[in-house]
Amino acid sequence: MNAKNLISITDFSKEEYLRIMELAADFEANPDQRLLDGKVVATLFFEPSTRTRLSFETAINRLGGEIIGFSDSSSSSVTKGETLHDTIKMVSNYADLIVMRHPLEGSARYASEVSDVPVINAGDGANQHPTQTLLDMYSILKTQERLDDINLFMVGDLKYGRTVHSLLMAMSYFDNPIFNFIAPPELAMPNEYKLYLESKGMRYFEHTEFTDIISEADIIYMTRVQKERFPDPVDYEKVKNVYILRNKMLKHTKDNMRILHPLPRVNEIHTDVDSNPKAYYFEQARNGVYTRMAIIAHLLNLK
Amino acid sequence: MKKQLNVSAIKQGTVIDHIPTTALFKVISILKLDQCKDMVTFGNNLDSKVMEGKAIIKVENRFFKDKEINKIALVAPHAKLNTIKDYEVVEKYVVEIPDEIQDIARCFNPKCITNNENIDTHFEVVSKSPVALKCRYCEKITHEDQMDIK
Repeated sequence: MNAKNLISITDFSKEEYLRIMELAADFEANPDQRLLDGKVVATLFFEPSTRTRLSFETAINRLGGEIIGFSDSSSSSVTKGETLHDTIKMVSNYADLIVMRHPLEGSARYASEVSDVPVINAGDGANQHPTQTLLDMYSILKTQERLDDINLFMVGDLKYGRTVHSLLMAMSYFDNPIFNFIAPPELAMPNEYKLYLESKGMRYFEHTEFTDIISEADIIYMTRVQKERFPDPVDYEKVKNVYILRNKMLKHTKDNMRILHPLPRVNEIHTDVDSNPKAYYFEQARNGVYTRMAIIAHLLNLK
Repeated sequence: MKKQLNVSAIKQGTVIDHIPTTALFKVISILKLDQCKDMVTFGNNLDSKVMEGKAIIKVENRFFKDKEINKIALVAPHAKLNTIKDYEVVEKYVVEIPDEIQDIARCFNPKCITNNENIDTHFEVVSKSPVALKCRYCEKITHEDQMDIK
């Protein structure tokens, strides 16, 4: 049975992931499919997120749907003290689908229990951001023409990075992934994820800096190392340049290798990489529109 | 010297034994015995061969289903139940930590929606010894040493 909501990456089965990939490709080839004609989608952004919101709104517009909502809770009844329960109950009477971003963890799961219409989690605090993971997967599939046997390098903040945790979980559904983690010890991939991979018999390797090993990568997934994550600023200063990707480092990488980043990027990918054909992070963002169209169409059984 | 039970025998009902002394009132609260109309007797800081002091609760005319009594396993993991009929013990049961816990414990994550709105908590028990609870909402794990019973 298909999931009714998309709150966490684990809500979808492997078959559903593959279905989303299929639908995304279809929407990319034929973007003008007015499947949401006559439907209303609520985009409730209780905290601002321009990129994700614009991506969703583009997806809804391309599907021919109408949008209601707010982009910031200060412009909603939340300022009057209305509970999330009441806001969701009310909006589910107006809209056919709710897309929600909220600063508190678990808010989207709760909303899905309260709502009479499907809910898509566009980010709940530091917890889940499943549509990002799906667009990451679609990007991997498009560039590597497969999701099995991928050598995936994850770089930067692997301790707090929700996108890397989620992508790790998603890629573990496929055959024979190899994970290579490049991170400072303070921001290493948490044990629970390593134990999870071990329990599935999946290989991972840990490194503390970029080395020639990246020549084996199919995908290099970059994330930002934030100063605020280091209790001692001196430790940050030591590592802040170690995890920056520069064009000259890409000389011996595979032709099919692509560089992904959930954006916004600050300095962790040097601008000299942008003109390298392996730089894929902006196309990755564009894939977000097609992936979100696919998720919407799937949850509402439009295709 | 006449031997006397600190807590008198009941004719029929349930005896909950081997409750840690610090958990007595939590158990009473979890089982809603403070609102119970049947006779409830209890003792605290009693001698025990197996524990550093224990508490006992005896409830007349009440029999608990496994699902109901397992709720107390979080605070009294080794509690034993004796079902009494006609002053005799007819059945014994040792509590087990259930696979799901609803509304008894708090989520340790201050940014969880359950700590910010009036919502019952709901946990999946991912480990029983030591206890680890995964919040259905924020998906974070509350460990035994972080556990706070409502």
